[in-house]
Amino acid sequence: MGGPEVSTSVPREVAWRRLLRRQPTFVIGLAVLVVILASGVLAPAWWTGDPQQMRPAQRLQPPSAVRWFGSDHFGRDVYTRTLYGARVSLVVGASVALLSLALGTTLGLVIGFYRRLDAVMMRVMDGLMAIPAILLALALMAMMRGSVRNVIVALLIPEIPRVIRVVRASVLSLREHTMVEAARALGVGTPRILVRYILPALVAPLIVQATYVGASAILFEAYLSFLGAGTPPHIPSWGNIMAEGKTYVQLAFWIILFPGLFLALTVLAINLVGDGLRDLLNVRG
Amino acid sequence: MLAEVLRRLLATIPVMGVVAIAVFALLHVTPGDPAVIIAGDYATTDDIARIRTRLGLDQPFHAQVALWLGRVVRGDLGTSIFSGLPVSTLIGQRAATTIWLTLFAMLISVGIGVPIGVMAAWRKRSWLDRAVMVFAVSGFSMPTFWLGFILVYIFAITAGWLPVQGYTPLASGVGSFLSHLILPALTLSVVYMALIARMTRASMLGVLDEDYIRTAFAKGLAPRVVLVRHALKNASLPVVTTIGIGFALLIGGAVVTESVFALPGLGRLTVDAIVRRDYPVIQGVLLVVSGAYVLINLVVDVLYVVLDPRIRY
Repeated sequence: MGGPEVSTSVPREVAWRRLLRRQPTFVIGLAVLVVILASGVLAPAWWTGDPQQMRPAQRLQPPSAVRWFGSDHFGRDVYTRTLYGARVSLVVGASVALLSLALGTTLGLVIGFYRRLDAVMMRVMDGLMAIPAILLALALMAMMRGSVRNVIVALLIPEIPRVIRVVRASVLSLREHTMVEAARALGVGTPRILVRYILPALVAPLIVQATYVGASAILFEAYLSFLGAGTPPHIPSWGNIMAEGKTYVQLAFWIILFPGLFLALTVLAINLVGDGLRDLLNVRG
Repeated sequence: MLAEVLRRLLATIPVMGVVAIAVFALLHVTPGDPAVIIAGDYATTDDIARIRTRLGLDQPFHAQVALWLGRVVRGDLGTSIFSGLPVSTLIGQRAATTIWLTLFAMLISVGIGVPIGVMAAWRKRSWLDRAVMVFAVSGFSMPTFWLGFILVYIFAITAGWLPVQGYTPLASGVGSFLSHLILPALTLSVVYMALIARMTRASMLGVLDEDYIRTAFAKGLAPRVVLVRHALKNASLPVVTTIGIGFALLIGGAVVTESVFALPGLGRLTVDAIVRRDYPVIQGVLLVVSGAYVLINLVVDVLYVVLDPRIRY
């Protein structure tokens, strides 16, 4: 390329252009995610109506200039409901990602550093991970009342062991690192070593892991709702809209088509951002 | 080698023990009385008392765990609260459908996923490679049930080539059996195929740089021979692992797929049991499916030793 890098503060425009060239899918994913986030948070501002308003005279109308995504069996506007549906998915995805990361990291650090605990806890983790996540979450939901909070709890339980595994693996290799040995020799206590020397090295892999956990949580929320064991039916989540639409798949395919398209795009965008971050932060996965 | 297989087999015992205890503990995950929750909103005091004794919930927790483990070891999974039939019978009735579905999905995924992964790695950075990678990431992001509806809409509703939903057993004719299974299996296979294609590509890329591959090409061997016999053989270990670990994805997807296509399999059994809060059935399915998962990964570990004699446990 032309000449050495001179400036330390690259103009923002140039930095973006370089990012777009090196990681086009990352930028596209991020852009799609921002749009979906905005459409969920600012749903009232996007020419939507009331997501619950029923218009019996306009049942099962195909997409048109008035009803962009058509209407469902109660005459509710599918476009409005789809936009509002983003809220549930994003709340569940973000909550599960953040909470599983916080809890999994804490547990993983402790388990990885104490040998005696490690052997027992890893058997427990192996056992928990042997139960397919969606079935475990379904069984948990059967014992809990359907609410957004309980969906988050039911998805956390299968996800946390997976975060613990990632953290533990890193801790095990970092524990033998010279800097940790040196800190030990200087008399630094274990909690301080964990926070000051091990945790910072985990930040990059954990950010990447968080995107994958968030993406799978959003998919699983839709699965649970679709199967009737997730978010309560009166809340317009993507899974719920599609669950109601499945009876009308031959008559009104649009009820399933659009929320599913949004769901697929959201998960795809998060996965693209995750893959991009993995390359940018140089995380081996 | 037999000793290693035996050691691996023994190592699955604590894992299955944890699974059994975890599946039991699910009942107590909420602070309330599990008997009240299972009985539902319209239950009488008698119903609740009946369920409590039937599930042994009137005994102390450790006694309940011991009782449950003792029964599970003997192969007794209890009886369904809703139908009164033994859970093992219910699972037996439904297992075949799910096994066929996952088997076909696995065949489709491996049959397509591995070759496209190999081709992508061979023609790295070509349009083919890019197409495979786009498929891999989007296939992995696709909601299984939504994909199922799209395929139904295209091939069953619009084109009318295949039945919309339902299932006919193999005994009543191969043609009908296959025509009912092809869309569900295809739906279920996409996520898994994406995963396998991606893993195959990554693993092949690592191998294709090796000197012996260049030598093989240099001595004029056909690309197909080099790719399959020389490269894929050495790149197959991570792929085989992915096939084993990804089985959980397949089982999870089967639950949703069976719901879309109204297939009478284990997934439907579970979903129906959840709606009815038929807990013994839920516990039985979880235990059996997790057992299958552990078993499949045991087979994968054994395959490892066969594929790569350098590996010793």
